[in-house]
Amino acid sequence: MSRVFWILAVLLSHWRRHPMQLATLLIGLIAATALWSGVQALNAQARSSYDRAAATFGGARTAMLVGRDDANFPQVLFVELRRAGWPVSPVLEGRIQIGGRSFRLLGIEPVTLPAEVGNAPTIARSGLQSFVTPPGEMLVAREVLADLDLPEGATPTASGGTLLPPLRVQPDLAPGVLVVDIGVAQRLLDVPDQVSRLLIGKTKGPRAALETVAGDKLRLVEPDAQSDLERLTDSFHLNLTAFGLLSFVVGLFIVNSAIGLAFEQRRPMLRTLRACGVSARLLNTVLVIELVALALIAGVAGLVCGYAIAASLLPDVAASLRGLYGAQIPGQLTLRSEWWIAGLAISVLGALAAAAASLLKAARLPVLVAAQPQAWQQAQHRWLIVQSAVALAVFAAAGVLLWYGDSLLSGFAVLAALLLAAALVLPAILERVLSLGQRGARRPLAVWFWADSRQQLSGLSLALMALLLALAVNVGVGTMVESFSRTFVGWLDGRLAADVYVSARDDAQAMAIKAWLRGRPEVAAILPGGRADAQFRGAPIEILGLPDHATYSEHWPLLESTANAWIRLRPGDAALISEQLSRRLKLGVGDRITVPAPGGNWPLEIVGIYADYGNPKGQITVNYAALTRRFPAIPTTRFGLRVATPEIPALLSALREQFGLDDRSLADQATMKAESKRIFNRTFAVTAALNTFTLGVAGVALLTSLLTLSNSRLPQLAPLWAIGITRRRLAAIELVKTLSVALITALLALPLGLLVAWCLIAVVNVKAFGWRLPFHVFPLQLLELLGVAMAASLLAALLPVMKLARMQPASLIKIFADER
Amino acid sequence: MNDSVTISRRAFAGGLALLGLERAAARAQGFAGLGENAEGFAAVVPGKTFAFPADHGPHPQFRIEWWYVTANLKDSAGAAYGAQWTLFRQATRPGAQQQGWANPQIWMGHTAVTSADTHRYAEAFARGGVGQAGVDTKPFLAWIDSWEMRGLDPMREAMLAPLDLKASGADFSYALRLDADRPVVLQGDAGYSRKSERGQASYYYSQPYFKVTGRISLGDQPAEVTGLAWMDREWSSQPLAPDQTGWDWFSLHLNSGEKLMLYRLRQKDGRNDLFGNWITPDGRSVEIASADNSITSTVVTDVAGRKVPTGWRVLIPAHGLAIETTPLNAKSWMGTSFPYWEGPISFAGSHAGLGYLEMTGY
Repeated sequence: MSRVFWILAVLLSHWRRHPMQLATLLIGLIAATALWSGVQALNAQARSSYDRAAATFGGARTAMLVGRDDANFPQVLFVELRRAGWPVSPVLEGRIQIGGRSFRLLGIEPVTLPAEVGNAPTIARSGLQSFVTPPGEMLVAREVLADLDLPEGATPTASGGTLLPPLRVQPDLAPGVLVVDIGVAQRLLDVPDQVSRLLIGKTKGPRAALETVAGDKLRLVEPDAQSDLERLTDSFHLNLTAFGLLSFVVGLFIVNSAIGLAFEQRRPMLRTLRACGVSARLLNTVLVIELVALALIAGVAGLVCGYAIAASLLPDVAASLRGLYGAQIPGQLTLRSEWWIAGLAISVLGALAAAAASLLKAARLPVLVAAQPQAWQQAQHRWLIVQSAVALAVFAAAGVLLWYGDSLLSGFAVLAALLLAAALVLPAILERVLSLGQRGARRPLAVWFWADSRQQLSGLSLALMALLLALAVNVGVGTMVESFSRTFVGWLDGRLAADVYVSARDDAQAMAIKAWLRGRPEVAAILPGGRADAQFRGAPIEILGLPDHATYSEHWPLLESTANAWIRLRPGDAALISEQLSRRLKLGVGDRITVPAPGGNWPLEIVGIYADYGNPKGQITVNYAALTRRFPAIPTTRFGLRVATPEIPALLSALREQFGLDDRSLADQATMKAESKRIFNRTFAVTAALNTFTLGVAGVALLTSLLTLSNSRLPQLAPLWAIGITRRRLAAIELVKTLSVALITALLALPLGLLVAWCLIAVVNVKAFGWRLPFHVFPLQLLELLGVAMAASLLAALLPVMKLARMQPASLIKIFADER
Repeated sequence: MNDSVTISRRAFAGGLALLGLERAAARAQGFAGLGENAEGFAAVVPGKTFAFPADHGPHPQFRIEWWYVTANLKDSAGAAYGAQWTLFRQATRPGAQQQGWANPQIWMGHTAVTSADTHRYAEAFARGGVGQAGVDTKPFLAWIDSWEMRGLDPMREAMLAPLDLKASGADFSYALRLDADRPVVLQGDAGYSRKSERGQASYYYSQPYFKVTGRISLGDQPAEVTGLAWMDREWSSQPLAPDQTGWDWFSLHLNSGEKLMLYRLRQKDGRNDLFGNWITPDGRSVEIASADNSITSTVVTDVAGRKVPTGWRVLIPAHGLAIETTPLNAKSWMGTSFPYWEGPISFAGSHAGLGYLEMTGY
């Protein structure tokens, strides 16, 4: 045991002499662990809240019966099924607004609610009688109280003036969900005797066939391990995971090169230890112990950083998820012990994987044989051929996936395959380019320059791969976001057709404003607008009401439509739907849908599809008058105005003065656009943050690789110095070499990045968000990234190069004395 | 004190469990709204004239009510069975009987089949006002989910017969035809069952003369059966007293054609008064309250982790009755939301016959 201790002490002494190296190793491990576990924490947080949401009275975890077209159906079917032996319990679902925030309202029937759907016992404890007896109770998670800034027992008022039952805290509930008795829900949503679905409990005996009881009005939905929210948000989490994985891999590149460097430098030490009688096995064991200890320390630090990253990104993630899918994520990060253990494990496993090559080398280290760089180089060359063949195979796989794949996962798989193949093929391409350069070179130093670059490749290739990946992903994501942004802005111009937007305090003020506006000659038109929330086929949607006015038919862009689509909206039996809704539910022009509405279902025919970028919540657009008939409770306080541009400022100030409107209730088109863009940008805040981070990690990887190389390559440089090339000149040559391979890599990253962007836009985006964008290339952005990459490489190369330039001649001379 | 017991003999204890009160209290008290008075609900007063079929239907202005059938059956090979079909109604609050989910009634159904070696049961809950459970009088239909008691043509209202009785659980089912040739019997004083100075009472009548034919399935073995059945109809508004720990209740078909209803309420203070009615074959019903009557447990069985007295000696000297009862299946435990023992029994001694025993609070 004491032997192990002394060997460990000897090995560790290395780090004391090279604190910078230790720092790099730790930074690599910390970076890998931090980003990976940070992303895992975010995902876990989100998933646990989906679970809470799903467990809320039989989300997807319980078998259920739903209406044929997913619309509400008469309650009498519930009674008829019970009479036929079906152990079903009714649920009514809808959305309700309190203080401008939209909530999911769930009406349940606690007496028949199957015990296995959860939460039932707690309902019973909170008092069945007070829950079912009007006015009943509204069960909410604690977060909802905080959101509404109300105490328990308060009775909030819904938009539209309906008084809601007193609030009661039920800790297991998901935030954003309000649970009431089904009778209360029917009253609040104004759908008497209607239910949304029937949960099926444990069977109690024989039951009649579904068709004989309900005809074709209901269909059975088997329980699904995955909840609707999970399905919807999969893309988002896949995105995060992909970034986390990328950073993890790039972080491991750093670890790999740091350990490689340490091994290189400790070679004499290891040899001495072996010569002193330490067996290869014992030495390797101690090396592993050392590595695991370092990985654990770095793992803890990484977890702390991961927590910090997750905590700082959580608000953005929560905002994105709420905006995108109506998913409610609590803003407070809660972590389970599994997360800590998994984080430490991944740190140790990552470190072992990154050190595998070095450990293997140490195990096979011959005690007295000198290094054979030439033989190794040849072996490397054979390996390059194998690697390229693998790369080609992966490329082929990407092609196959692209051709046959139809899911989001296959989209990401195509991306992963593309990146992996490109990374694998990179050394071969570099080798090819450098040997071409070598062939073209005449002067001896130039020939040496190219040949030495080739020799250096194997040591740098991992770091260059990291650079390639980080750059390509940056180019890809940047191009996608930029394409999106460009399209979004163009689309917004058509979409925000009115010149001034007014939001009155209440209906009375709205009436007064409208009356006043009618007397203003510069106001060409008053365009009322309304919006209702509804729950449609398991997800929240918006129903937008637009008045029958030329402003819309002229400006509102439709992707696809029947003839006279706008005219067909007038009677209120037709609708336009957003592109993402059409893709998600596979709905096309001419299809019929049934939307749950107060007072009964609303059948609509789809007459057009429009782009609705930045709003992955599904949207349905109908005639304004029809919307107010079907949803009488929606506020009629919002409207747009058509005004000649020069008159706008005057009209705005007149409105402000006359009615005391502030900036929140009065906006011109420009302000609205700015606001929309701000919301849009927020959606990509997480992506951008992770993007920057990956590039940074790639830079560090390059730096550590170069540091490693600068030490191990002294034997190659010392002879050049000895034949009269100055240290300064040598340093310059080294710098140029590094920059040129980095440049070649970066240039290769650009087309790869565009390919990634295309993949994101044409495959991933369509699957994840439901919209297809035109593909734009932004040369300036590419140049900028190229510049950033070169700057990063320069920074990374500078430290080792400066070390070389300032190196004591004695150190160079020592190369000839030292035995390697 | 004791009179309220009558009301809660088959106390709507499930309702209490449903309302989320403590199990232990539920077992002892067996009734929701423990400690509450009957304020707001209709009072039970003497001198009621029963009218059929109206009184076969629900009385929602009263707090609790039940339709309770027990049957002693035998298949062609002579094997004995028991069947139970019960529908309870409880009003969660007095007042208007709104339709829809605002309706204050909660319904509970219990059903069971017992053989010598098997006892199977099921329960169901429903809210009133939507049609999942209820009782209609014309035509007569009492139902909860797929369990039903249906009046058949030609319905004889005074006899509450003939009836079809159906229920099923995960691993049993039955379909029985009940017929009677004598009118229902009013319990207590012309159906006014009064036993307390404080005025607590219930309206109570029975049909003990049912003859049964039908089919019982336990698992996949259907058996054609015949036998006797007994129905109790009772409704009231008064709650149980807090010091009552449970009760033991007998309904006995004597081979002589006579019927005996007998129960004992167990109190914490040890007072265990017996109440009952002796019903002659021609339908005359006499109360049998007397200090000389007694029931004594003879056999105690371990069932569901409790000690339950499943064998009894019953003495009613005024009628020359001295019998010992034996359960068909000592493990006739109803592990429902509100658990109790209920199963068919046979008896021998001065009289012989079959019957049903219900015991709560053990």
